[in-house]
Amino acid sequence: MNTNHDLPRDLARAYEATPEHLRALQARLAAAAQAEGILDVAYRTVDSPVGSLLLAATEAGLVRVAYASENHDTVLQMLSDRISPRILNAPARLDTVARELDEYFAGQRHSFDVPLDWRLSAGFRSTVLHRLPEIGYGHTASYAAVAQLAGNPRAIRAVGTACATNPLPVVVPCHRVVRSDGGMGGYLGGVEAKRTLLTLEAAA
Amino acid sequence: MTLKQPFETVVAVHGSTVLRVCRAVLGTVDADDAWSETFLSAMRAYPDLPADANVEAWLVTIAHRKAIDVTRATSRRAIPTGELPETATTPEAGHDPDLADALARLPDRQKQAVAYHYLAGLPYTEVAAILGGSTDAARRAAADGIATLRRTYPGVATRKGEHR
Repeated sequence: MNTNHDLPRDLARAYEATPEHLRALQARLAAAAQAEGILDVAYRTVDSPVGSLLLAATEAGLVRVAYASENHDTVLQMLSDRISPRILNAPARLDTVARELDEYFAGQRHSFDVPLDWRLSAGFRSTVLHRLPEIGYGHTASYAAVAQLAGNPRAIRAVGTACATNPLPVVVPCHRVVRSDGGMGGYLGGVEAKRTLLTLEAAA
Repeated sequence: MTLKQPFETVVAVHGSTVLRVCRAVLGTVDADDAWSETFLSAMRAYPDLPADANVEAWLVTIAHRKAIDVTRATSRRAIPTGELPETATTPEAGHDPDLADALARLPDRQKQAVAYHYLAGLPYTEVAAILGGSTDAARRAAADGIATLRRTYPGVATRKGEHR
């Protein structure tokens, strides 16, 4: 029997929705999920002088900042595996940190005061990261000095690892940790990004 | 290995299909509410969904139940309320009102069978699981629906399209 080959296509076309309409429904879903307390992770991206940044927050606070070089899709999948798959693009929860980042990149803000969710770092790495905000805006500290600050002066390599796996770059300033010989050292967002941030902070 | 996609991906991949199904079963006006209820309910249950589950069939199953809820709620309302967004009542570009009208006039079961098989692409075993009854009954309901559509919407029978 010759069934209607193009009927599925005609039907699909008859009920087609515009991308704007679908976006509006997605936003309505995000608001409802937030109100119901089932939006475990909200995220958005922002443009910045160091490229597109992914910002993700739980109900507890900012949980992840990711550079484009980390691949945002990979990071979202990691958040799904490690925290919860109930993840939506829901900019509202990230409004404050997005505004503070704007101010930071404009040279008008020297520290961040949004709540942080530290659950993606643990152990000595977490100890290291917690101390980094003590390195003031426009200053740098050596890996060795940070090891000392974190209570384990010999754990210089571990400080490097902690910085390289910082789940909250820019906001938790691992870019201010540099080599003792004055070299910049590596950076999870790439050496260019580190230079951009240090130059920005030095100018203020 | 249970790699479950972020729910945002589920919405991005299946959102338009689920909306089409809701529009076909309920009409454009009530479809937005059914879509929202479907995805909110799905998101609530998502962490417990087996990683190898057929997500589209799961969503259409939820949408089927939500559509019934919305229909009941609508029939309880004596006077239509003004709470729906304006866009919901505005026909969008690309709409085919003749075909939509023809489908809207089908008996519920035929309409649902056509929507779930032809719009959502579910096999008849899945359609039968959603509607209740046998696979053959689901196939017959869809075939009867299509036969009526071909009679009342002649464009379908005469137009040529590529096989999918």
